[in-house]
Amino acid sequence: MPLLRHGAIVEDEWTRVADASGLADPLPIIVPHDLWLAHRDRLLGRTQPLGLHLPAGQSPETLAEDIQRFSLIAVAFPKFTDGRGFSYGRLLRERLGYRRELRAVGQVLRDQFAFILRCGFDSFEIADADDPADWLAAAAAISDWYQPGSDGRPTIQRRRAHDTGRAFAWQAAVGSAKSRLPLRRSTGAAAH
Amino acid sequence: MYRYDEFDQAFVAQRVDQFRDQVARRIDGELSEDEFKPLRLMNGLYLQLHAYMLRVAIPYGVLSARQMRRLAHIARTYDRGYGHFTTRQNIQFNWPKLAEVPDLLAELAEVEMHAIQTSGNCIRNVTADPLAGVAPDEIEDPRVHAEIIRQWSTLHPEFAFLPRKFKIAVTGAPNDRAVTRGHDIGLRMHRDGDGRPGFEVMVGGGQGRTPILAKTIRPFLPAADLLSYLEAILRVYNQLGRRDNIYKARIKILVEQVGVEAFAEMVEAEWRNIRHGELHLPAEELARIAAYFAPPAYEKLPDHCLALEAARAADPGFASWLDSNVEAHKQPGYAVVTISLKPHGGIPGDATAEQMEAVADLAAHYSFGEIRVTYKQNLVLADVRKADLHELWLGLRLDDLATANAGLVSDIIACPGLDYCNLANARSIPIAQEIGRRFRDIEREHGIGPVTVNVSGCINACAHHHMANIGILGVDKKGSEAYQITLGGRATEDAAIGAIIGPAVAGDQVADAVETIVDVYLAGRRSGEAFIDTYRRTGPEPFKEKLYATA
Ligand code: SF4
Repeated sequence: MPLLRHGAIVEDEWTRVADASGLADPLPIIVPHDLWLAHRDRLLGRTQPLGLHLPAGQSPETLAEDIQRFSLIAVAFPKFTDGRGFSYGRLLRERLGYRRELRAVGQVLRDQFAFILRCGFDSFEIADADDPADWLAAAAAISDWYQPGSDGRPTIQRRRAHDTGRAFAWQAAVGSAKSRLPLRRSTGAAAH
Repeated sequence: MYRYDEFDQAFVAQRVDQFRDQVARRIDGELSEDEFKPLRLMNGLYLQLHAYMLRVAIPYGVLSARQMRRLAHIARTYDRGYGHFTTRQNIQFNWPKLAEVPDLLAELAEVEMHAIQTSGNCIRNVTADPLAGVAPDEIEDPRVHAEIIRQWSTLHPEFAFLPRKFKIAVTGAPNDRAVTRGHDIGLRMHRDGDGRPGFEVMVGGGQGRTPILAKTIRPFLPAADLLSYLEAILRVYNQLGRRDNIYKARIKILVEQVGVEAFAEMVEAEWRNIRHGELHLPAEELARIAAYFAPPAYEKLPDHCLALEAARAADPGFASWLDSNVEAHKQPGYAVVTISLKPHGGIPGDATAEQMEAVADLAAHYSFGEIRVTYKQNLVLADVRKADLHELWLGLRLDDLATANAGLVSDIIACPGLDYCNLANARSIPIAQEIGRRFRDIEREHGIGPVTVNVSGCINACAHHHMANIGILGVDKKGSEAYQITLGGRATEDAAIGAIIGPAVAGDQVADAVETIVDVYLAGRRSGEAFIDTYRRTGPEPFKEKLYATA
């Protein structure tokens, strides 16, 4: 599946491992949560990049300090109607202080993209047939939001309080939302 | 009332464009019905038995005359000339065409309206006391907080895909006119020891096949903490609510499963983490929103109005309308008027385009241009001078809007039922119409006094029949429509769930059964007792006996 990260299609350098036999892989690996629990000590000693796959139903809060060990956390969206991952994203970013790559995997619709960005995710698996331009347009469809989120955007309330010009400030915001998510295709793995 | 600023206006405009694109993709076939479904539901668009149905949000039930005129225009242009007001203070249009819905939404956006989150598994349109701002028993106007909740909940990125729909109601008065215990979250205003307003927070109420009254998880929450506390409740629910079974997905089931104390602890623990964050409401923001709901420019009037008393004495029809449809106002010389959308034999909650325009004109003339929609599917003009009541009544009569039955037996709440709804077991509208016809004698109806009758077409209980004094539920009895009757429910501050009285009856026996129940009450009531008081004193036995005596 193509990977959309920071507004561009990139090559995915990560490999998902299914069982303990993959844990020795020297490349960046994403480990399922139960495998992580079973092999925690061994994995803590690993020097190569380590990623974690968090299934729906598994709160990230139980990870506590271990969180900083991961270079990537992939949160599962088993169905697009299953919104647990939105809370996990915000908890990881806002509560647990996780700063590195946060990836949404599973079934996510383009029309959910804006929500998912606001909940702190920065990489996504999209369907082969999808045009990333459509995704980025969907993300920019709403320029101002009423609630604080993990993306640090000022809320409408805050903009009201600070905005002295007040004349259609939102038009400028549409522009800046687009420039925050430049559409570029690159093939190299982006650093995180 | 609240007015959009450029941020709100830009937001709804963008939202219309977004939906226009989604509808185009659906019509092209790029989106399957499965993929389109959650998107259209977040914009209030249902697929019903015969057609699409659009539910338009009326935040906490407040409309301007201009908005009402626009609704009339929409009824005429996109529907068959009428609209249907719902128990959630919204309006539904039953016949829009999919391709025209974006234009319809654009017309709504021009008058600061939308259909966002009137359906789907998200936080729905927040409801409030329809007498907000004018009720004599009110602590403070709950619309201020309802508006704050409206903004916070609109396209909340974390809570757009909850396990199930989520409904919040707010009241600012000790007499509960917002059915707070029937909601996922009910907020009831109190004052603390220092006189500052805050909310009792009740969680886990709901109707449906498992009717449960909301339980208090916090007796007092300072108003400034409202949003952070709501966010904590929703975050706990979003993570732990069941997603494997649609019938067990509401928050009420989670609260029952973990226990109300454990649930409250989880919420409090979450809240401690976010309480002092950005959701904390500064006093300036509360004041800014409150300014929108400042009282209108009332005249200084004596409370007693001679002209009114003269008209009352001269016209018994007017007098009985005053008795049932006019309530006290906190401002001397003013009154609160209920416009009944329940003409005897009519469809509860329906209004034609002409009626909507008439109400808009009368509101503009007599009530500062504002209209409220009530949980009981009626309309309210909240600020009418007592001296104008007779003229207003004459005006209402011209459009069949002066039925003197507010709060009485023919003021029936009914869901759309099998005539429109694809989940229905049975029809509700014809049942309500028949009961209405039975009680068309106004004198008799007034003699019976206050009683609530609600008719739902299936166990989803959209008409809240569980919380009616007389509840009627359509069931499927071996392939034919039958109706189960419950007695003793109440939607007020002493809320209660009704109890099933006996076997279901056939559709053509429902009105008879209601008459029998009313007769038992009339025969057994003590002086001053309303239906519900007699029922509470005697219990169901006398009703059961009479009802099933010949069966
Ligand atoms: S109660 Fe049932 S029949 Fe009536 S509107 Fe709700 S879902 Fe439809």
